[in-house]
Amino acid sequence: MTDAAIAPLLGPAPKATNVTTESFGVRVGLIVLAIGFLFLFLLLPLASVFVEAFRSGLGAYFDALTEPDAIAAIKLTLLVAAIAVPANIVFGLTASWAIAKFEFKGKSILNTLIDLPFSVSPVISGLIYVLLFGAMGYLGPYLQSENIQIIFALPGIVLATIFVTFPFVARELVPLMQEQGTVDEEAALSLGASGWQTFFRVTLPNIRWALLYGVVLCNARAMGDFGAVSVVSGHIRGKTNTMPLHVEILYNEYNFAAAFAVASLLALLALVTLAIKVGLEWRYSDQIAAARRH
Amino acid sequence: MALNSGLGLRRPSAIPGFGLALGFTLTYLGLIVLIPLGALVLKGASLGVSGFWHVVTEPRTLAALRLSFVTALIAASVNAVLGVVIAWVLVRYQFPGRRLLDAIVDLPFALPTAVAGIALTALYAPNGWIGSWLDPLGIKVAYTPLGIVIALIFIGLPFVVRTVQPVLEEFDKELEEASATLGATRRQTVFRVMMPTLAPAILTGFALALARAVGEYGSVIFIAGNLPFVSEIAPLLIIIKLEEFSYPAAAAIGTAMLLISFGILLFVHLVQAWQRRRFQS
Repeated sequence: MTDAAIAPLLGPAPKATNVTTESFGVRVGLIVLAIGFLFLFLLLPLASVFVEAFRSGLGAYFDALTEPDAIAAIKLTLLVAAIAVPANIVFGLTASWAIAKFEFKGKSILNTLIDLPFSVSPVISGLIYVLLFGAMGYLGPYLQSENIQIIFALPGIVLATIFVTFPFVARELVPLMQEQGTVDEEAALSLGASGWQTFFRVTLPNIRWALLYGVVLCNARAMGDFGAVSVVSGHIRGKTNTMPLHVEILYNEYNFAAAFAVASLLALLALVTLAIKVGLEWRYSDQIAAARRH
Repeated sequence: MALNSGLGLRRPSAIPGFGLALGFTLTYLGLIVLIPLGALVLKGASLGVSGFWHVVTEPRTLAALRLSFVTALIAASVNAVLGVVIAWVLVRYQFPGRRLLDAIVDLPFALPTAVAGIALTALYAPNGWIGSWLDPLGIKVAYTPLGIVIALIFIGLPFVVRTVQPVLEEFDKELEEASATLGATRRQTVFRVMMPTLAPAILTGFALALARAVGEYGSVIFIAGNLPFVSEIAPLLIIIKLEEFSYPAAAAIGTAMLLISFGILLFVHLVQAWQRRRFQS
């Protein structure tokens, strides 16, 4: 019989001290410390973004967002994410299919290599492409003779973004698909489904929430990356500036209100990302539980 | 596919698509990650051992590497302590706003680093909301190494909380009861029964926060002041070398930083292997 079931029979519990928690004073102290710290380090910076953004009034706020360079930055950011995120979705799906559904040699090495980009500094993530494709890089002379520009242009920005967001989708899917095993797929195949049918009608529905979870996080990073993109972009205003780089330029020109106005859009993106993430964690925790490692 | 199974590289399976899936995965991994990282190491190595050593031990480079590492170490330590407190409060106590607080912990993962950087600078500048309180006390945060630490605490905060939280959630309360029954005070139970179980998670979170902080760029450069030898971080020095077109020097510093991160990563793996062994026995 559980404690909860016998509790009513015993009447109110004696005022014994609960040995699995701390004294009232310690509890209140720790709660105040945690709330105070999170308020000071997380909420205050977030709030300051919006306060600074509206400091010069609503008119200035919308002017900063509708100015041609800002529009160009917003468009570029959306375009880069629209290429980088689907690329990493395809990779995440193939990698997790190979790792979760098959047993092969070198699997754990492959698993480790997928997480590699997370431990590389964003600046290095940009640097590696400059070393390959830059004017003085390994492939620079060839690219110049063919008149292909990668660094200081869209392809470089996309490559760097793909690199920094590389593991997001795969690391959500691999543990979940490993947990789910191959039983469903084997059943579908034995009933005559083709490989693609099995994937689209059996596997994909099984992993859809974890996939969405990974995509949302991947997208937030793709739109918000600063270090890697700043190395490969060349900071050409209205051309190769993504939103975070546009924020930097405005800030360095002491145009604080405009910088914070654009930053507030990115902060909004972060809040939407968090909301979707938390919603998925609450509603579908069993279907993304395997991925809850961070 | 037939080739793979013929070589005995994989166990036979009824599921199709192994060749396609693994082939695409390895090609993509190679093109996006492995070849570019190889180019970095190759460029760094093109200096030769003495050349590499010369670049990395140049006083300015050494100062930048030291600054990046020491500030990251301080920030990760602060995160380790407060991360445990926050995880503890979120898992063990009930209070209004707990779920909101739980959600907000991930903000540093979601907020672009440049936004965090300018927001923290605005707060801690001498005329900012927090800076104007600290300034009369003679404490300067923005444009000093202390500012770097603040930014690194911000970006590293979720790591310890999110690694400790699941372990604490699954902690068996009967162990605490047993400990209390045997006469331990609550303090003894927490520090001698619970902390040893949480230690691997805390270490992992600490190392992840450290690895992230060593390479951090966006949130730091606005608040750092970027004075050579004083508040110039290693990633910024890489960008400066690139702008001077000294590619090999940039690659050498990059390789050194990569080695530091991989050292930290290796540490995490060893801790996790040790943890698995401990729980299996």
